[in-house]
Amino acid sequence: MSDYYLPEGLPTPSSGPDGLSAPFWEGTRAGKLRVQKCKSCQSWQWGPEWVCHRCHSFDLGWEEIEGTGRIYSYQRPHHPVHAALNGHGPYVAVLVELPAYGNIRMVGNLLGNPLQPVTIGASVEAVFEPHDTATPPYTLVQWRLA
Amino acid sequence: MADRTLRGKTAIAGVGETIYYKHGQSPDSEFKLALQAIVKACEDAGISPHEVDGFASYGNDRSDGPRLAAALGVKELKFSNMFWGGGGGGVCGAVGNASAAVATGMADCVVAFRSLAQGQYARYGRSGSAAAVMGDDAFLFPYGVMSPAQRFAMKITRFMHDHGIKQEALRGIALACYHHAQKNPNAVMRGRELDAEKYDASRWIIEPFHHLYDCCQENDGAAAVIVVPADRAKDTQHKPSYVMACGQGGDHRSAAPVHNMPNYPSSHFGKLAPRMYAMAKMSPSDMGIVQCYENFTGGVLMSLIEHGMVKPEEANEFLVKENLIVEGGRMPLNTSGGNLAECYMHGLELVIEAVRQIRGTAINQVARNDAAIIMGGPMVTPVSSLILGSEATL
Repeated sequence: MSDYYLPEGLPTPSSGPDGLSAPFWEGTRAGKLRVQKCKSCQSWQWGPEWVCHRCHSFDLGWEEIEGTGRIYSYQRPHHPVHAALNGHGPYVAVLVELPAYGNIRMVGNLLGNPLQPVTIGASVEAVFEPHDTATPPYTLVQWRLA
Repeated sequence: MADRTLRGKTAIAGVGETIYYKHGQSPDSEFKLALQAIVKACEDAGISPHEVDGFASYGNDRSDGPRLAAALGVKELKFSNMFWGGGGGGVCGAVGNASAAVATGMADCVVAFRSLAQGQYARYGRSGSAAAVMGDDAFLFPYGVMSPAQRFAMKITRFMHDHGIKQEALRGIALACYHHAQKNPNAVMRGRELDAEKYDASRWIIEPFHHLYDCCQENDGAAAVIVVPADRAKDTQHKPSYVMACGQGGDHRSAAPVHNMPNYPSSHFGKLAPRMYAMAKMSPSDMGIVQCYENFTGGVLMSLIEHGMVKPEEANEFLVKENLIVEGGRMPLNTSGGNLAECYMHGLELVIEAVRQIRGTAINQVARNDAAIIMGGPMVTPVSSLILGSEATL
């Protein structure tokens, strides 16, 4: 039984040569969920940008947040679009809205039975899914019903 | 200062398309397909390819405008333009950009085109084999959110949820497109009839709302249209299709990363459509010809609503096959079969069908054929739309 929600072999996340999202991925390795917050106007921002879309300050901080939100939308893909998913069967992806943090949204999988009914508006909490044996290691953020 | 408008200043004088193939089945390379479509469009317009002086495309088309110009022996290249954004969001924008170049005198005869050979290159519906992904993809791919369908499905889910729209409304759209393809000899899905039973029984691509028949095809082929000044179009061999307006763009932060665009459950036409109708000095009820890009039927639903063609509270009742087909339908939709059933030529086949309708030469000819609306690439960003009209609309 795998410790991962989806099979191994899917593309792994990288913060890339520009390093913009590095604080997020470094945070998840340490069990911390961090997103951008403008130090100038205090706006929450996600995903990562170089500049605050509200006040245009380049002084953006990375703030640790609580992984609590609600399901804003979802999908249950059946058709495998990647070789690693061949024969795996359906799975659930959710778009989670975080009301405590300016309604920013995050994408992840909803842990549990892949055939479970999914309710828009349901409360969820973040769960870290470490991939320690990957090269380099990384940690995904998944969601389960709260 | 004269009005800042495209209205009536240019026209499509010629259209050309290759044979449309299932993906991977074209015997010709992508660049050769582009050349074939452009030469055909020039023949249709009665204009030598040597006289073409501009190229406009979209979707990161690999057939480079300056290389096409060299291959065709274009005398002088005056306009070379690419509309940002993947997919078919730029289909109408490419025609609009060609028109803008012609209307302002930057160029005199501009081709808007699209060429696709997915056998030669990668398919849209299969994700690549990259081991690591970065940027926006890093927050999506590891969770199995990779293909275009998966990127857009949650917009559709939320829109359907907010407005109480049922799967049957999407079925009506799919049935109409397949119906129209059955008489079209160049439709890839000709001979593959679709009825409600077959639709309902088809496998899930994505739950909820994406049965197999809610998703477009993947194809090989090319298509092109020739844009010239309005007065020149009058002297060509076919009835001109005047460009009455083009709208392009996106909502506030519609390209925000990781699905954070503020207006999420949207095809992103809500702001663009009123702007375009104002330029055309027309309204949704004027549009007898309705062509809407189907990447997924949910995108069509949102496009029709955001262009004012259907009210959300009437969608369940109105979007049935009987209302959407040419034989007695109140709003015939995608009369050549569209991306679903004619060919996924990134929507340029819809522009060409609109021109045939205005000329009165379509296979499934509508009666009210003076004004056409074409809506391109719902849900991507930027998107674009176009209004074409006969001389009577000027």
